[in-house]
Amino acid sequence: MKRILSFIIIPLLFFKNSFALIEVDITRGNLDPLPIAVSPLHVDVKSENLNDVKIKKLGENISELIEKNFKSTGLFNPLKKEAFVQKPDIAHLKPRFEDWRLIKAQALVTGKVLVKGGKLKAEFRLWDLTAAQEMTALAFTTTPSNWRRVAHIISDKIYERLTGEEGYFDTRIIYVSETGPKNQRVKKLAIMDQDGANTKYLTLGNELVLTPRFNPTNQMVTYLSYFRNLPRVYLLDIETGNQEVVGNFPGMTFAPRFSPDGKKIIMSFAKDGNSDIYTMDLDTRIVERITDHSSIDTSPSYSPDGKYICFNSDRSGLQQIYVMRSDGSNLKRISFGKGIYGTPVWSPRGDLIAFTKVRKGKFYIGVMRADGTGERLLTENFYQEAPSWSPNGRVLVFYRETKSGPKGEGFTAKLWSIDITGYNERKMKTETDASDPSWSSLLSK
Amino acid sequence: MKFNTNLRKVLLILFATIALSACSTAKKSGDLDGDVYTGRDTVEFLAKGVPDRVFFATNKSSLTTKSRETLRKQATFLRKNKSLNITIEGHADERGTREFNLALGERRANAAKDYLMTYGISGKRISVISYGKERPVNTESSPLAWSQNRRSVTVKVN
Repeated sequence: MKRILSFIIIPLLFFKNSFALIEVDITRGNLDPLPIAVSPLHVDVKSENLNDVKIKKLGENISELIEKNFKSTGLFNPLKKEAFVQKPDIAHLKPRFEDWRLIKAQALVTGKVLVKGGKLKAEFRLWDLTAAQEMTALAFTTTPSNWRRVAHIISDKIYERLTGEEGYFDTRIIYVSETGPKNQRVKKLAIMDQDGANTKYLTLGNELVLTPRFNPTNQMVTYLSYFRNLPRVYLLDIETGNQEVVGNFPGMTFAPRFSPDGKKIIMSFAKDGNSDIYTMDLDTRIVERITDHSSIDTSPSYSPDGKYICFNSDRSGLQQIYVMRSDGSNLKRISFGKGIYGTPVWSPRGDLIAFTKVRKGKFYIGVMRADGTGERLLTENFYQEAPSWSPNGRVLVFYRETKSGPKGEGFTAKLWSIDITGYNERKMKTETDASDPSWSSLLSK
Repeated sequence: MKFNTNLRKVLLILFATIALSACSTAKKSGDLDGDVYTGRDTVEFLAKGVPDRVFFATNKSSLTTKSRETLRKQATFLRKNKSLNITIEGHADERGTREFNLALGERRANAAKDYLMTYGISGKRISVISYGKERPVNTESSPLAWSQNRRSVTVKVN
């Protein structure tokens, strides 16, 4: 996979943050999404190959992708283009605010693209229509084939400006692609853009692969592979395709995740029927044992400051969530509700732990604070698990299996996303059935 | 080759069970003791009278009286066939989280391995692999299917 081409990002103008009137509150379910007009980006007539449809349509395509991103958040309501009152090039220079307010827009995005010397130069402006002023503006230079990323980066900048939080559009999701009947499932590692585009398969499906997870600091991935029928944790560089076994364990290693600094892998090692938690430093190769208990200890996940680890264990008799210091000390059980709790994942913001809960034959995705208080169940279904956080800690992606009949007819596995407010549940588009998603960090940070 | 003879045996058993279940459909409920599967569907044989698998209760890896009986038969068979090595595959049902099920499958396979070792089978002849919930034998979603999937299966390696 090609390394993301460098982006040059320049603020166009200085602007006054403090006078902006519009603001989107993302801390609760937004039942009144912000009406936003995304004007097609004007394609500069000085562009090369202007008659090439790809170039001609570039501005429109970018704006459509921005609209799609906004719509998927549930926080914005992109308005229909038919109602737009100004031409893209004129609006980009200076919109007639009252005209845009007339169609009930509160924010307006305008922009321009220029293709010259094989480079794509894109710029955009975000306008506060109520205050009649510019809120933010940026320009980028990249290659034309990167136009989708241009749209995602613009979306991120606007999201950031309007919500006060980092966006999550210029990101990717790695997952397990699934095909075939349930007792002969073929599983491959697959990666796609957050919006489902650019799917690539990273393994051939010759061996069972499970639970890929991104390194939060780079494009490395750790996952479980049954290569040669030896289930072991692997490390994969998705840019070079190089992979290696992590450590030299005499038995199954599984449930890997990276530490927040990306320098360690934390995982379970099963020995003689007992699974405990270990870490391996990727530079020094030093292996450390973190838990030592006759129960099953697995699904470890670090807090974003690296000081704590949450995991699940059946040391109380049933699978529950525990938190300990990263050296294994100060262990505390934090889940006490009825049912069993698994797959704890610490939010990148540090405030919440997402989990899967099973109770009375139903599976729930939920969140609780790191001390176990404030449990909220976001979604209930027959079978779903494995939440993974968007890099801004506002959205969870997980997977859900559904069947149309009791004999397993119509079996499908799909990725879904939901806001931590419990609103805006969405099925993600994947080429095949999919499971075990892991959300990357922002690519352009 | 081995697979074919196995397959033939399975088919025979299948026919037998189909014939049986045709007589009494009520038999199904009798296939569960608590939630441990006690029936013969899905069971294959290492040799005549030596079942290849044992079943477990939800979230458990303890061996039932019947499982121990099965494993003793396997031990006897393995003592007679000294050159034979085995892999014990541990499995879980779909009603749990994936990673925990991998650990649970490993624990189940090791419970069977430990029992064989107490009956004199060298640990060197036994390898263990967990598939968690990745290889269900019955893909339906019912208590019966789940009970058949909570299993450890002894497989000949050579």
